[in-house]
Amino acid sequence: MNMDWEVVIGLEVHAQLNTITKIFCGCPTAFGAEPNLHTCPVCLAMPGALPVLNGAAVDKAIALGLAIGAELNRHSIFARKNYFYPDLPKGYQISQYELPVVGKGALTVQLPDGGEKVVGVTRAHLEEDAGKSLHEAFIGQSGIDLNRAGTPLLEIVSEPDMRSSVEAVAYLKKLHTLVRYLDICDGNMQEGSFRCDANVSLRRSGAPYGTRAEIKNLNSFRFLEKAIEYEIVRQRDILESGGRIVQETRLYDANRDETRSMRGKEEANDYRYFPDPDLLPLVLDESRVERVRETLPELPDARRIRFMRQYALPAYDAGVLTAGRTLADYYEQVAVGVDGKLAANWVMGDLLGALNKAGVELEDCPVSAGKLRLLVQRIEDQTISGKIAKDIFDELFHRGGEVDAIIDSRGLRQITDVAAIAAMVDAIVTAHPQQAADFRAGKDKLLGFFVGQVMKASQGKANPDQVNAILLEHLQKG
Amino acid sequence: MELHEFSLRELRQGLCNRDFSSVELTTVLLKRISALNPALNAFVTVTESDALAAAATADARRAAGEDGPLLGIPMAHKDIFCTAGVRTTCGSRMLEHFVAPYNATVVERLTAEGMVMLGKLNMDEFAMGSSNETSYFGPVRNPWHTGMVPGGSSGGSAAAVAAGLVPVATGTDTGGSIRQPAALCGITGIKPTYGRVSRYGMIAFASSLDQGGPMARNAEDCALLLNVMAAHDPRDSTSHPAAASDFLRGLERPLQGLRVGVPEEFFGVGLDPEVAAAVQAGIAELARQGAAVQSIRLPNNPHAVSTYYVLAPAEASSNLARFDGVRYTHRAPNPADLTELYQQSRYEGFGAEVRRRILVGTYVLSAGYYDAYYRKAQQVRSLIREDFRRAFAEVDVIVGPTTPTPAFPLGAKNADPVAMYLADIYTIAVNLAGIPALSVPCGFTAAGLPVGMQLMGDYFADDLLLNVAHRYQQETQWHRAHPSVHAREA
Repeated sequence: MNMDWEVVIGLEVHAQLNTITKIFCGCPTAFGAEPNLHTCPVCLAMPGALPVLNGAAVDKAIALGLAIGAELNRHSIFARKNYFYPDLPKGYQISQYELPVVGKGALTVQLPDGGEKVVGVTRAHLEEDAGKSLHEAFIGQSGIDLNRAGTPLLEIVSEPDMRSSVEAVAYLKKLHTLVRYLDICDGNMQEGSFRCDANVSLRRSGAPYGTRAEIKNLNSFRFLEKAIEYEIVRQRDILESGGRIVQETRLYDANRDETRSMRGKEEANDYRYFPDPDLLPLVLDESRVERVRETLPELPDARRIRFMRQYALPAYDAGVLTAGRTLADYYEQVAVGVDGKLAANWVMGDLLGALNKAGVELEDCPVSAGKLRLLVQRIEDQTISGKIAKDIFDELFHRGGEVDAIIDSRGLRQITDVAAIAAMVDAIVTAHPQQAADFRAGKDKLLGFFVGQVMKASQGKANPDQVNAILLEHLQKG
Repeated sequence: MELHEFSLRELRQGLCNRDFSSVELTTVLLKRISALNPALNAFVTVTESDALAAAATADARRAAGEDGPLLGIPMAHKDIFCTAGVRTTCGSRMLEHFVAPYNATVVERLTAEGMVMLGKLNMDEFAMGSSNETSYFGPVRNPWHTGMVPGGSSGGSAAAVAAGLVPVATGTDTGGSIRQPAALCGITGIKPTYGRVSRYGMIAFASSLDQGGPMARNAEDCALLLNVMAAHDPRDSTSHPAAASDFLRGLERPLQGLRVGVPEEFFGVGLDPEVAAAVQAGIAELARQGAAVQSIRLPNNPHAVSTYYVLAPAEASSNLARFDGVRYTHRAPNPADLTELYQQSRYEGFGAEVRRRILVGTYVLSAGYYDAYYRKAQQVRSLIREDFRRAFAEVDVIVGPTTPTPAFPLGAKNADPVAMYLADIYTIAVNLAGIPALSVPCGFTAAGLPVGMQLMGDYFADDLLLNVAHRYQQETQWHRAHPSVHAREA
């Protein structure tokens, strides 16, 4: 990209709050039910039906506000956003407009190059989701499924603080981590529980903001990155050929890797927002905020720093291990009483590798943290070598079983008996007189050959450090 | 006196004494409805078999030793309250065939007391009107003179109670829709404090103004009904936690020392002299009973109508968006596309007055006009509220006319919406403030049309208004007059 252009990015993230019931009625929020099963007069917008706010959704919004150090508005207002669409049964969406529940806050984002960036959060507000229009199953008609109508959403709006697709992805990932830590959103991007719109514009360095395009419904980190990259090139080409950017809403087409115009500014709806007279202003008292504060878990940033200190981990490891609350919890269970870095290597290497290869989520991992901890302990107490441990892990992962039982039944216990190792060493050295002589003549490299031979003879069970030491002693003694 | 003229207290006495059963009483009233409704058009739907079954159930409950002030008493609901299994039209073609799968809270509560619903009452379409002429099911006629309007929007309720088709009925009041028809039909009706009566299942016109209330032939009957209607409802976020009360308790308190304020603004240009005279006589009666009458000012009252006609349509334009042809409403046949489905269904389903208010409401909320209209109107609404706050620091009740004129002829104001809107000039400020107000019959014009006197109170002074009206009715006979309606006028 031409260095004269600076890209300016702001994100609007819709996080579906994982409450049990909908935001304004008692219907379940569960995904995947038969169409229109989870509906009632309120979410079907029957005449005379009225909304009643779900307090759990409010508490989850407060939790996010506290986590990003935001101002919580002690008095916020629900407003009606009016537009007609078949999957919007009331003809308006209940949202927050002039006074959102969460005001200004900020998120510190770790960048891939090791740096950090603070991204401002303008606001976060509560609103209800719409239903779904089903076009496939009906010829010449559309079906409406209102199961999703009334599902609580928290829309989190950032400041236009990001200057590259990398920063935008890092911000989105950090927010994704945070909402799952707070247990306010399941973060499932395929099912749309965490999705984002990106506002992208270009400007000459130091110039006022340029005209932006809004790219809708980006439901993966990769799509966000690619859509922004596409948009940068598209806008730069227009600007450099003397054209002007049109303010519009665009849709990212992942199949063709391009953004397409959805509607221009002049086609934009006039939503006629006004305060919803069916709902009283939302008043947050201090005790409620404190109650939520007390339930907050340790947040990712604090945990990352603690991991570095408590487990003597490098920043990279601490970052990977704290990216998800489940992973961090798992790691901490493994790391009890064992070397932190060794435990980290096992979790980040063998465990995540195996999960990834098998396409299994950590929640469904066949190897419990307790078993992995025992495995690491058996390495530390020299019952087995690291290499043998990898075999045992493989067996635990694919066939199950208990660590010690596998060691015993397969006779994998490491040989640490000095006399036994010395006997093996003796036999090997005796069997290779030429190599022994060469070693003594200065061919140090041959030590590796002898170690290999001894390990082979012990079927990998001899303690490698001891083998090394005894071999050296034996060979030098001649 | 005939059965259809009995008060609730007399009806309960008769049921207790086994003078008549609920089934007998219900049968009498159903016959009366079938004879007179063709002339009045007060009922949109009559639920004869359901009513007789409910009456039989009430009789069985009474036979089993149960008693209650409303057990086995017939009534009817304004067709704005959703009734499970019985269609709820809201006076509109849009909902001509709509049957709710649930009861409004008000319906649920009155049914639980053993009241017997005889049917659903005609009304202005979506409660938008002051003459009951906007109903898709045709105008209601005033029992005192069938060439005259009964008022609106609860015109069916007022006509049915006045004509003795039911002893009591429910109504709703957004800008005067209980009080104005009560005045024009010579009955008693109260719009309670906003938040007293649940709005759940009551089809919304303007949510911040709508309030359900009782319409009856006297204040005591209103109190008996309100005792059950007023209750906190967790399904309505605007329902007040302290909504419930015993409205009978203070009913007999003497008026000695009551401070009555008479607003100058209510006796200006446009007030019919016969109405003025009847109301002045009513105020004199309160004074005779010991009330201290003083003149007060409500300086922002003249802005009430224009404020209302910004805010109510704004809310209505949004409230009525759900009637879109997609789910349970009227749907235009064979629309070419989605836009046409919306346009045609709504054009065909809504009448002219409803369409007019949706257009006005959409306009005042539009980008660039919101501040000039909606926001400004909210500011004036605060001033109107402030007027009342100041007034109630000095007086206990405010008294004036309910309407500027008695009932007017059908069709008289149809060509001029603004003239029609001015029929609510004295009632609208009350809804904007959210305070309670009541209309009692206080006389007749020379042509024999009833006149209503309006009593307004501070927040939650509903019991005081019922008390004043009751004491007034102990010393006057206006509420005991009954129109003679003849079946031949069908």
